[in-house]
Amino acid sequence: MHEMSLTQAVVDAVTEKLGDAEVTQVRLEIGKLSGVVVDSIRFCFDLVTEGTTLAGARLVVDEPVGQARCRECTTEVEVDDPIVLCPTCDGSNVDVRSGRDLRIISVEVRTACAPPAAAPTAPAYG
Amino acid sequence: MCATCGCSDGPGVRVTEPGATHAHPHDHGHEHDHDHDNGHSHEPGRTVLLEQKVLARNDERAERNRRWLVGRDVLAVNLMSSPGSGKTTLLERTIRELGAQVPMSVVEGDQETMFDAERIRATGARVVQVNTGAGCHLDADMLAAALRRLAPPERSVVLIENVGNLVCPALFDLGEHGRAVVMSVTEGADKPLKYPHMFRTADVVLLNKIDLLPYVDFDLARFQDALHVVNPGTGVVQLSATRGDGMSGWYGWLRERAGLAVG
Repeated sequence: MHEMSLTQAVVDAVTEKLGDAEVTQVRLEIGKLSGVVVDSIRFCFDLVTEGTTLAGARLVVDEPVGQARCRECTTEVEVDDPIVLCPTCDGSNVDVRSGRDLRIISVEVRTACAPPAAAPTAPAYG
Repeated sequence: MCATCGCSDGPGVRVTEPGATHAHPHDHGHEHDHDHDNGHSHEPGRTVLLEQKVLARNDERAERNRRWLVGRDVLAVNLMSSPGSGKTTLLERTIRELGAQVPMSVVEGDQETMFDAERIRATGARVVQVNTGAGCHLDADMLAAALRRLAPPERSVVLIENVGNLVCPALFDLGEHGRAVVMSVTEGADKPLKYPHMFRTADVVLLNKIDLLPYVDFDLARFQDALHVVNPGTGVVQLSATRGDGMSGWYGWLRERAGLAVG
């Protein structure tokens, strides 16, 4: 389940950027075409954040649809499925321009600078 | 990770060279104590914009691997498939038939066991096994550790056999120069549509076990159509790694890539 690795990558990136600040909310962008299951990320988030500065943080996920353009007939189309067919010419030669992104948009941090419950998680193998 | 031998003390990941032994402790050489002056302010409910890719760290490591490989004129190919499609058999034949012309070494990825690494070792090629433990894919850190251990010679090819899995490996750039997705005719012809993320990233698709075509219900045209929907530009090489049919198409692809990357 790559969602566990992805969630760990989120926690690592946030703790690296924010040090000891207590994080109360994390906002992610998980594009509809990214191949990532948002429910699995949510499931992993509680497990991976336990004992870190993100423990108990709220997870907000934006799921933008993708934008694509048919290379054959130039139709512009919104897509929310990884299998993209042009609605006009039914062709598959489609240039997907967005919707595959996995990004950490922002985090909310608490006022008080309380020390974390435990040391930040070490990099997996570094 | 151990900087000397490349073996890992991370969660469950092990990098091992068959036949090699070493013994040393894996103590963590530094403390994690630090003071609390990290330069950020603490207004209530402050929002911090990060706007960064979730896989930024993996992508950076992958780019570092790519530069390392290019600096040594080494071509790296990431082979991905479901379990049992014949990746290891394909590598064995490739090394035996092409290894004399192009020096080759292998990174084997599996959750557990050294079985595949031992098979590759029997061909005479250098090989490092990465056991991912609970992990379902190789990532750029694992490849970096494996490359350090493997130390491939200049102007050579590194074949990376990813963990058998058509889902997760698609997402992780290792720093390779090409991606080959292996599929066998004992699998369903609609597989590209079922696993579009994997087939979309393929630079070439190797359709294996074609010697079994008379005995299985595999619709070749339907497979080609399905692949075209997901990845219109990609080429298909039909081959049998056990019998040797069609291997020249794969060698041609590999030579062309090696020519581009090795110069």
